[in-house]
Amino acid sequence: MEEQTPSQNNWLKKVWFSVRIPFLAIILALLVGAIILLVSGANPLEAYWQLFKGAFGSWRNIQRVLEKSTPLIFAGLAVALGFKAGLFNIGAQGQLLLGALMAGYVGFAVKGLPAYIHIPLALLAGLLTGAVFAAIPGLLRAYSGAHEVISTIMLNYVAINLSDYFSEGPWKDTTPGNIVSRLPAIQPSAEIPNIGPVPVGFIVAVLTSLLIWFVINRTTFGFEINSVGLNPHASKYAGMRTKLLIVAAMVVSGALAGVGGAVETMGVVGRFQPGFNTGLGFDGITVALLARNNPIAVILSSLFLGAMKGGANTMQFYANVPNQIIDIIQGTMLLFVTAEMVVRWVFKLRKQRDTEITVTSGWGQR
Amino acid sequence: MDNTYSKTADALMDTDKSVILEAKHIYKTFPGTVANDDVSLELRKGEVLALLGENGAGKSTLMNVIYGLYTQDKGEIFLNGEPYAIDNPHDAINAGIGMVHQHFMLVPVFSVLENMMLGAETTKGPFLNKKAAEAKLRDLSESFGLEIDPHAIIEELPVGLQQRVEILKALYRDVEILILDEPTAVLTPQETEELFKIMRRLTERGVSIVFITHKLKEVLAVADRIIIMRRGKVVGTTTPAETDEHGLASMMVGREVILEVEKAPAQVGKVVLEIEHLNIHDNNQMHSVRDISLSVRAGEVLGIAGVQGNGQSEFVEAITGLRRYNSGEIRIDGKRMPQEKPRTLVEHGMAHIPEDRQKHGLVLQYPLTSNFVLCTYYREPFSRHGILNENEILRNAEELMERFDVRAPSPVTVAGDLSGGNQQKVIVGRELSREVSLVIANQPTRGLDVGSIEYIHKTLIEMRDAGVGVLLVSSELDEIMSISDRIAVIYRGEILAVLDAAEASREEIGLLMAGHISE
Amino acid sequence: MISKTVDKKRELSINWKLLRQVILGLVIVAAILFFNARSPEKTSAVLSSTLRYAVPLILGALCGIFCERAGIVNIGIEGQMLFSAFLSYMTNVWTGNLLLSLLVGMLTGAVLGLFLAFLSIKLKLNQTIGGTVINILATGITGYFYQTGLTTQGKLWNIPLGPLAKIPLIGPVLFNNPPITYIAILLVIFSQVLLFHTRWGLRTRAVGEHPRAADTLGVDVFKIRYWNVIIGGVMAGLAGSFLTLEGVGMFERGMTNGRGFIALAVMIFGKWNPISSALAALFFGFANAMQIQLQFMGIQIPHQFVGMIPYLLTIIVVSGFVGRSRAPAAEGIPYEKE
Repeated sequence: MEEQTPSQNNWLKKVWFSVRIPFLAIILALLVGAIILLVSGANPLEAYWQLFKGAFGSWRNIQRVLEKSTPLIFAGLAVALGFKAGLFNIGAQGQLLLGALMAGYVGFAVKGLPAYIHIPLALLAGLLTGAVFAAIPGLLRAYSGAHEVISTIMLNYVAINLSDYFSEGPWKDTTPGNIVSRLPAIQPSAEIPNIGPVPVGFIVAVLTSLLIWFVINRTTFGFEINSVGLNPHASKYAGMRTKLLIVAAMVVSGALAGVGGAVETMGVVGRFQPGFNTGLGFDGITVALLARNNPIAVILSSLFLGAMKGGANTMQFYANVPNQIIDIIQGTMLLFVTAEMVVRWVFKLRKQRDTEITVTSGWGQR
Repeated sequence: MDNTYSKTADALMDTDKSVILEAKHIYKTFPGTVANDDVSLELRKGEVLALLGENGAGKSTLMNVIYGLYTQDKGEIFLNGEPYAIDNPHDAINAGIGMVHQHFMLVPVFSVLENMMLGAETTKGPFLNKKAAEAKLRDLSESFGLEIDPHAIIEELPVGLQQRVEILKALYRDVEILILDEPTAVLTPQETEELFKIMRRLTERGVSIVFITHKLKEVLAVADRIIIMRRGKVVGTTTPAETDEHGLASMMVGREVILEVEKAPAQVGKVVLEIEHLNIHDNNQMHSVRDISLSVRAGEVLGIAGVQGNGQSEFVEAITGLRRYNSGEIRIDGKRMPQEKPRTLVEHGMAHIPEDRQKHGLVLQYPLTSNFVLCTYYREPFSRHGILNENEILRNAEELMERFDVRAPSPVTVAGDLSGGNQQKVIVGRELSREVSLVIANQPTRGLDVGSIEYIHKTLIEMRDAGVGVLLVSSELDEIMSISDRIAVIYRGEILAVLDAAEASREEIGLLMAGHISE
Repeated sequence: MISKTVDKKRELSINWKLLRQVILGLVIVAAILFFNARSPEKTSAVLSSTLRYAVPLILGALCGIFCERAGIVNIGIEGQMLFSAFLSYMTNVWTGNLLLSLLVGMLTGAVLGLFLAFLSIKLKLNQTIGGTVINILATGITGYFYQTGLTTQGKLWNIPLGPLAKIPLIGPVLFNNPPITYIAILLVIFSQVLLFHTRWGLRTRAVGEHPRAADTLGVDVFKIRYWNVIIGGVMAGLAGSFLTLEGVGMFERGMTNGRGFIALAVMIFGKWNPISSALAALFFGFANAMQIQLQFMGIQIPHQFVGMIPYLLTIIVVSGFVGRSRAPAAEGIPYEKE
């Protein structure tokens, strides 16, 4: 669907054409970050060097980056798929949180299973939870016209309350001496293993990205999703069931987010603990926009963000810079990548028209 | 000057009248097109100057430049002989220029009065002075005989009255020059006559009018002078006395134009579409379509005439599955059709050329390949087991581009980059290349150039001759009259009469369009 | 075709709907009086808590109204509030000057409004994404610069309005409040008059409904949009300052807690009309106050479920289950001059 220019002989130029905006956005964001670091009295070069070392300084560090990237890929795919259907799924956060919670529950409560059953089971629990939780805003959007942005944000708060309730109530970790509200650690059989430094979860995430790319670009379902996202009226005219498609897109998006939460629980944290997944859904927005909704590019942008997260602690420790500088860089990056015009204006670039994102505007109360 | 239409005398007198507005050597380009290429014109005091040209000839662009909505790349505008820089509509209004746009520039949820005041507010201290504005409006309506309820909400007024509001809005701002952009598109023939009288009344008061149109008859009826534009250039200046319809048409298009569509008598077959007692209520529980029963037979064109906004859109959306209807029945080939299932209709042989090609007809961001399979992507050979067959889709696009004369750089060109005529050909090609027994065409030639119009008329007639039933909805009476075998007239959601096209007269249909049922 | 003016004139609708509202109002007043007779302190507490919770929502909704009436969707109110809350607080920490802190808060909101306006008007960025960027930046930047353990030198105090404050029941609730609460009430009236009875308001509404029509009449669409989004920003800034200077008196990370989004629901509930939105905010405040009362009464519901109420209420409102309304027609669509 997305052949951009017919000049395929010059694919290098083509690649540059499609990555230049995100790439330049990253550079600009790092510059802004450096300025903020300077203002707050830190040495930006030192900070970035420690950040880099923290991310890639050893096999152990690289493994951590891959671990951190895994949930980001899923969250990014969730948001990207929503965008394809014209939906802004800010609720990936809540879907992810509940997915993490359910995977955490299945991870500790179900005992005596071999890993090859327990891991898929816990992942499935996360997937279904995310899907069901995303179905709500999907249905509301399709049948009552409630704008998904507000309903999903509100559901994020509902999700926080729900997960708090379970972690300090019925599913609380009752290990003697524990005063924190959290779930017990998952069984070893639910922990996602590694192959060398590569977490199996990361491999699954990469395969999922390829699958989603195929679905979006080569199947009738993908054709329908794209059509609804770009022009819901024409899609209805063409006989597509637009309302059902909106719900379906939300459900798939939520399922991806749910799996993202599950792999976070099973591959990074080792249990469900409220507060450990905050912001992952919002990171998904950055990942998706940085990747311009291309599922394959989602892998790269997740790795980039994952590297920043993986290296952040080292940077905080050795360069004495608060972690939140990562949030600022990420926010600025998001700003630059979305406000393409800014980047174009700074670097005097020509307009490229086929990567526009169409998100519904207004509150859709027809 | 008296009220009779002795234009020859007027035209002679006009040469003595002073020039009030002059545009000299205007250039205006948009990405990819030159809209105005060295255009000059002069407008004299108290005349009706017709600006004639096809869609896309650059008439509206020129007027938007004069009205300050666009800024010209080159060229100058003179007002009463003095150079006058018009950078925005504010300058134009200050210069006494008013414009009634083709798409009305009225805020739909505002009252008539609020629309009057907007931009020219009278205030009392910090507050709006609605009383003073209302008094001024009532004065104007009385002195020009344009009656209107100041408190009516625009979106609840019929289009004819909305146009009256637009004219009053210009008068409210004390215009000396009034630009009317395709003002008759939304009027019945009788309302058009009424508008011409109003135009005459205005010119008697010294207002100068620029009348933009592509309708030859109207130009001859009302203009003092005529300027003809083609492809961004002025190609001639004349007066009604010096020319006739054929002369104007060939100047406008640049070649001989056949004004009548040639067609053989209809070979009518069985009924393909039956509509019985169709009722549609709008959001306020008002009837937008009331008890319509119609049938279309194979091999005929049934035309639906009516002023835009009389329920045609709702009617077509209901029978093409885009809108729910409240009661009634729709049958294709004798089979009852379900509500809101466009795909079922497609499978039963319906083709739909929608009214709004950019909203319903195309996904503008998609390449032509995808647009050509928009309704059939799920079928073989375009996909199998849910997986698209890119090669077939590409082959299909290449074939249809060839067959329907779609001019585009390549099959993967994005639909939004095509001209309106080519976009419409993509839709026509997609819809008519299927196995169809019924074509629903709603305003199929709106906004197109003469070449594309001729092509689409020819194609529709070919379909008819091949035994397909055609339902044509159009607010262009000429189009209805030249293509249809039978004509149904719709007024306020009701079909007032179904006439035989060969026997119906323009006047008769015009009266029906305005709701007058002859005794 | 026959003129039927019921839902159309949303700002002028004086009809049976109003009557229904009046009856509802009387029922509420009667209920309050009834409870007041039984336990005056508790009633007074509920009403004060209602107003306290409502004030930031009222101000946030006003921000939304100004932006959306002019055609700009502002989903960044949350971020504007958070940012303003933070800078108000920091100014209070550094200078101890409450008036200056308040001004800084308003200015912050205005600057972020300008930023959103720039993104959506000049750069024609998708407005929903633009607002989200503001929210994410606000969380990041306030989180980065916030340090725990700072102390302020007090917060805004109550100013009783003379004898008015002594009226039983209403007096202490309405006429003995800190300044931002008074400002909010005045702003509601001011906004209502501005939007519906002045030139600026007429132009603003026109720009939000049909910018091209306004443009053809010489109205500067961009200017109107810029200023309204900035004015809205001041309101959101006030809402943020309220949280740190009047409400909590402290700053916490992410302390806005979704209020900016709830304010949007309040705006929709109030049909983009300042007075109706203020009433809608009071309704949210009342629901919240009742929730607190429920918790005091020791009802056996986990507090998390009670805490979900405002969010669920918001979803119900935006789903149109309580009366549909029509948003300004041009909102969210960048205006192109040519």
